[in-house]
Amino acid sequence: MIPALTIENLRKVYDNGFEALKGISLEVEQGDFFALLGPNGAGKSTTIGIICSLVAKSGGRIAVFDIDIDEDFPAAKRHIGIVPQEFNFNQFEKSLDIVVNQAGYYGLKPALAQKRAETYLRELGLWEQRDIPARMLSGGMKRRLMIARSLVHEPRLLILDEPTAGVDIEMRRSMWEFLQKINAQGTTIILTTHYLEEAEALCRNIAIINHGKIVENTSMKTLLRQLHKEIFLLDCVEELPQSVAITGFAVRRLDDHTLEVEVQKGQHINQVFAALDLESIHISSMRNRANRLEEMFVNLVEGDA
Amino acid sequence: MKVHEQYVAFLTIVRKEIKRYLRIWTQTLLPSAITMSLYFVIFGTLIGSRIGEMDGFTYMEFVVPGLIMMAIVTNSYSNVVSSFFGSKFSHSVEELLVSPVSNFVILMGYVVGGVSRGLLVAVVVTLVSLFFTDLSIHSYFVVVVVVFMTSTLFALAGFINAVYANSFDDISIIPTFVLTPLIYLGGVFYSMDLLPEFWANVSKLNPLVYVVNAFRYGVLGVSDVSLSFALGMIAFFTALAFGYSMHLLNSGKRLRQ
Repeated sequence: MIPALTIENLRKVYDNGFEALKGISLEVEQGDFFALLGPNGAGKSTTIGIICSLVAKSGGRIAVFDIDIDEDFPAAKRHIGIVPQEFNFNQFEKSLDIVVNQAGYYGLKPALAQKRAETYLRELGLWEQRDIPARMLSGGMKRRLMIARSLVHEPRLLILDEPTAGVDIEMRRSMWEFLQKINAQGTTIILTTHYLEEAEALCRNIAIINHGKIVENTSMKTLLRQLHKEIFLLDCVEELPQSVAITGFAVRRLDDHTLEVEVQKGQHINQVFAALDLESIHISSMRNRANRLEEMFVNLVEGDA
Repeated sequence: MKVHEQYVAFLTIVRKEIKRYLRIWTQTLLPSAITMSLYFVIFGTLIGSRIGEMDGFTYMEFVVPGLIMMAIVTNSYSNVVSSFFGSKFSHSVEELLVSPVSNFVILMGYVVGGVSRGLLVAVVVTLVSLFFTDLSIHSYFVVVVVVFMTSTLFALAGFINAVYANSFDDISIIPTFVLTPLIYLGGVFYSMDLLPEFWANVSKLNPLVYVVNAFRYGVLGVSDVSLSFALGMIAFFTALAFGYSMHLLNSGKRLRQ
């Protein structure tokens, strides 16, 4: 199967001499839910900008469903839907007009454009707001409007640049569900986000970019398996003694009922439970101290610094 | 993208542009009607009655073509410059740039939007002028050709201004400090024959002289310059502006990073 996106040795040097991309290469399979992560200024948005023609590349090759953008960019663009980081619509236009106009730019006749716009505005819960100027919508609604707009020509590859930034938790969850649904229907999705739990929950494959280079490109499972340690917080029923020690584990008493335990690769949390059980301390609940992907991300980015 | 899809995209841009200026008609259509009414009252009726004839016509008849052309020039220019710069400023131009629509269609969409506003305002101003004078058209063909060529030229000029503009100040500098003086010195209110030879020759460097005189020929049948030369100059400047606008779009200058 041809890849949805192929990037080979992509380079970008801005006019001021800043080298934003230093020859990155990656491939995104059809149907994938792919995370492109990196700290601010790493080169994520530049990469996305080049894919959708808002940024001119300095070198390298990009193909979308095997269509080289240097040979037939308009054909490649037909397959791409983009949800940018910043709001980039006319705030004075009505939501429906924004989506219908976008369909028109892709050559969809007015009747079909109206039908598609209605479908996606309904799916994203914006149909009731269709006649409201975009500036009157809430931040979350504006983000959903950009998603509806990006889907109106039914692209096979959807690129979302921090789509849930500034969106409340409930709205974020509903957007996750929607994205998972369209991914299950066959749309390939590339996601950049600063919420690493979002990437961990949604994405199957991941690339981490830092200082314009890919520092990791693998499956989410493989990446998380590389974690050498995990830190758990245990909520204890009984009051903890002032000094707690478990052989082989780094343990820290946080308060009367909370214990922090570091579990190294190869160790088992059961050993901790057994040791506490001997002390007649029972665990009511347990959680990760930090998101696992976040730890991995920090390790990779700091290691590359 | 197939031809009929490009056509749909073109109509989408034009429709959007027309909707935009109709939505804010109090800012886009009304001011020209009011301003021109004042010109007709002050220069045509009050002062004009004391000036007497010019090139064989009453002063009111003489200034009407120039005033209509002034409305066409300023409106076709300002429509494109404000709309395209606004879309740059709000980043909504990216909607077009990421789509497969061709640069030619983008340019034509904005230009036709500007031309349509120029024409609409021309109709409004002409109707207003009928309250002050009788208009008989010398050559409908010349009138139509000059109106279309001129509005296209200044819509293209507005597009170039919008591409280079970095702030809202930048889109008012050219209309205020270049366009308006050139219009006033372009023979709207006087015949070139009234100028001393030196200034009459200097005036020939002003492209608005050809626009105003070609249109005046179409309406009244008189002109200070040769009609064919005037049309040739307008066509030349239009081709130049079109070529440069396409260059800006194709190179992505100030539009893509």
